[in-house]
Amino acid sequence: MTYFAKPKLLRPDTPKNALGYTRRDYEGAISSLCAGCGHDSISAAVVQACFDLDIQPHRVAKLSGIGCSSKTPDYFLGNSHGFNTTHGRMPSVLTGAALANRDLIYLGVSGDGDSASIGIGQFAHAMRRGVDMTYLVENNGVYGLTKGQFSATADKGSKNKRGVVNTDSPIDLVALALQLGATYVARSFSGDKEQLIPLIKGALRHRGPAFIDVISPCVTFNNHAGSTKSYDYVREHNDAVNRLDFILPRDQIEASYAPGELRRVVQHDGSILLLRKLKTDYDPTDRVGAMNHLQERHAIGEIVTGLLFVDSTSESMHRHLNTVEKPLNQLGDAYLCPGNHALEALNASLR
Amino acid sequence: MKPTDIGAPDYLHKVVDCQWACPAHTPVPEYIRLTAAGRYSDAYMINWHSNVFPGILGRVCDRPCEPACRRGRVDAEPVAICRLKRVCADLKDDIRHRLPKPPAQKNSKRIACVGAGPAALTVARDLAAIGYQVSVFDSGKQPGGMMRSQIPKFRLPDSVLDEECGYIINLGVDMHYEHWVGSLRDLLAEGWDAVFVGTGAPRGRECDVPGRQEAAAHIHIGIDWLANVSFGHTTTTEKRVIVLGGGNTAMDCCRSARRMGGEDVKVVVRSGFDEMKASPWEKEDAISEGIPILNMLVPKEFRHDNGKLTGMLFEKVRAEYDAKGRRSLIPTGEPHVLMECDEVLIAIGQENAFPWIERDIGLEFDKWGLPVLNPVTLQSSLPQVFFGGDAAFGPKNIITAVAHGHEAAISIDRFCRQRDLLRRPTAITNLVSQKMGIHEWSYDNNVSEEARRKVPTKTLDKTLLDIKLELEIGFDPFLACAEADRCLNCDVATIFTDKSCIECDACVDICPTECISFTANGEEDELRARLKAPAKNLEQALYVSGTLKTGRVMVKDENICLHCGMCAERCPTGAWDMRKYFFKTAAAGAEAPRK
Repeated sequence: MTYFAKPKLLRPDTPKNALGYTRRDYEGAISSLCAGCGHDSISAAVVQACFDLDIQPHRVAKLSGIGCSSKTPDYFLGNSHGFNTTHGRMPSVLTGAALANRDLIYLGVSGDGDSASIGIGQFAHAMRRGVDMTYLVENNGVYGLTKGQFSATADKGSKNKRGVVNTDSPIDLVALALQLGATYVARSFSGDKEQLIPLIKGALRHRGPAFIDVISPCVTFNNHAGSTKSYDYVREHNDAVNRLDFILPRDQIEASYAPGELRRVVQHDGSILLLRKLKTDYDPTDRVGAMNHLQERHAIGEIVTGLLFVDSTSESMHRHLNTVEKPLNQLGDAYLCPGNHALEALNASLR
Repeated sequence: MKPTDIGAPDYLHKVVDCQWACPAHTPVPEYIRLTAAGRYSDAYMINWHSNVFPGILGRVCDRPCEPACRRGRVDAEPVAICRLKRVCADLKDDIRHRLPKPPAQKNSKRIACVGAGPAALTVARDLAAIGYQVSVFDSGKQPGGMMRSQIPKFRLPDSVLDEECGYIINLGVDMHYEHWVGSLRDLLAEGWDAVFVGTGAPRGRECDVPGRQEAAAHIHIGIDWLANVSFGHTTTTEKRVIVLGGGNTAMDCCRSARRMGGEDVKVVVRSGFDEMKASPWEKEDAISEGIPILNMLVPKEFRHDNGKLTGMLFEKVRAEYDAKGRRSLIPTGEPHVLMECDEVLIAIGQENAFPWIERDIGLEFDKWGLPVLNPVTLQSSLPQVFFGGDAAFGPKNIITAVAHGHEAAISIDRFCRQRDLLRRPTAITNLVSQKMGIHEWSYDNNVSEEARRKVPTKTLDKTLLDIKLELEIGFDPFLACAEADRCLNCDVATIFTDKSCIECDACVDICPTECISFTANGEEDELRARLKAPAKNLEQALYVSGTLKTGRVMVKDENICLHCGMCAERCPTGAWDMRKYFFKTAAAGAEAPRK
């Protein structure tokens, strides 16, 4: 925690993006999380991703639930729309917002408690409905705000700060997201921004539910020996399947790799995901293969990271529901509320 | 790159850009903090020990610290360091009881200083305070040398000079005024243990173009004319005055002329405006007093009517640079420019002159007429004779003269005690954490976003009428506090302990100038290019840690760090800490470290 604002002075050669904004323009209030919290690194990664993508801050809606992770939207994109929902209810509020206005970029931020415990039902339905959103889980395996009890994602056999062993089985949100129909599924680590930032960029430009599970060590309650979510443990057991380079349609591709090392995926909007394979037999478009690989590696204690699955041909919720293209707030009262006459005509058509 | 050794004597000193740039290495951020805290006397004493003349330098210093100031690199303008020095001199209490008391028992060594300018008075102070019997000889009636004779009173009042020279003289220095030393041979024959020569660069350069001799009555050498003004021998000027030259002396000449009846005063310079030697602020001051500065004009002829000066003829030139960057002035071919005038002041440079030093007594001079000196010890080829100030290496400035004085005093002390002059006492350094508690530092780490404050002045309609009326009023305590708040506290260094780092990136994420990177190690050139913010200023060091757990290193670019301490606030393990680096130059009398 820091109690005064970050100095506003910029270095003279501060880079600006195509909109003329600096990275600082994508920041939010000063973080009140513990010093060294992984969540702050994720906030910084979101800032960098939005800066790089030239996103207009006011075209982003960031929604979150309750918890350390759900506080973080206050610490980035200070000029975006924001909504703090009740605990675990971010997915349903976000779904409603997305239905009402499909023009905004939706970023849902949640934690392991918010999404794997109280909000697991909400999480599941947002994934299976195909809501066009980026769903970011800042996963530290503990309830940091209530002094570090195990959360539902804590691995069986891992130890808490006082040495107590966790006896419950963990929920793997990545496995659930794969099973429930998410069309962009990734896992990363707050301590590896080189991996995380392109994954966030790809997700923000993905159409459909994009889920990223970011392991984010809790320095106060879960960064000790015996934890499987500490900086040291994750670094030792990080088993990345690929490295992503995110390329905007306007950018030139300058990668030179031998054939077979590189996998190229073009998304709906023309943005390109260039995947450098780290595992030669891993296919990020094979949902079943991804699920199997995840289970196999988890069984031997490895943490699979990278872009695990992507389906760039999926259809979004709006197509399924045949919703109106124009945001509701631009349609006007007469269109939104056509009056008794229209109601009677509708009722009559159903008789 | 190898891990940075922050214990190396110069590493952290160089981070304090102002102190590093100051020839006397005054601990600038320390006295600025004390000034902000209202501890003016404490701030004054830090200055006094280091630069001897805080009140004088706070008005007229050449300020090498300000162009170096980190603020200038991350903000528009540097901190007004010089004028904050004046604040502590203006607002201090009586500090006489805090000055050193010379030992009652002298050490029986007798030292002669020739000249009573800043260099010689510094030698006198440093040596008198540790028991030497120092005698100072000067041709003038009062102490101060060029500070008194060449700097106009509206910039530096006599009262300030009297006070600060007085502090030195009261240490028991024997002052011999109106005593012209005409022969070094005779002086040496008097058996002094050491002689210090601080006679400055007393000869103004001549402008030898046609008409100079004929119109001599209306043409004056700048520094001689300033001395005559200073001592009241000259009290008026003609209406139309041309000042030749682009240095600070020219600025003093034109502004003095403006106050003595000159109505149409202009400065004419050979070079372009930006290449002029005068400090930017002195040029600004002259312009603001209604004095035009005309550039790229080479004097060709003094026009006169039977010895009565009527004007001056100039040739228009343009600058051309060869492959090595050397400038030559090429005539443009346009017709010469005639400027009418009644008086000309020549301020185109100063030269050294040692007519009183015999050339056959073993003291060697180089081809430019300067004494051959050891650049560290300032000892001449006559072992008991030392030089300093403008007399040593040609015209520089007061603060350089003071720095020479300190070094010469150390040399003289070691010489008199038969110690090796090249084994010199080292600076005293200290490095202490400034952490007071959680999120609490003993310095104000909140970075001010205020612009540089202007020094209040008296109105021109009053000051242009009285050459002795000081123009600047100086900062009041409130302005001083606001200006002091702009100091970035560069002496509070960011210290990184690699063993404690867990590589959580918290420091990287919070750093407002993105000067911290965690990356693979490499050669410096290549590493500088791939930092989070490329480190393009090669004069500023990279702070590189040892190898961390992931095999990477922490690299910090010292160039743009704001010393805000955010990295240390955000660090969960205390791997970053803010520690105050105190650097105090060695004083005469200190012992050299054992080998």
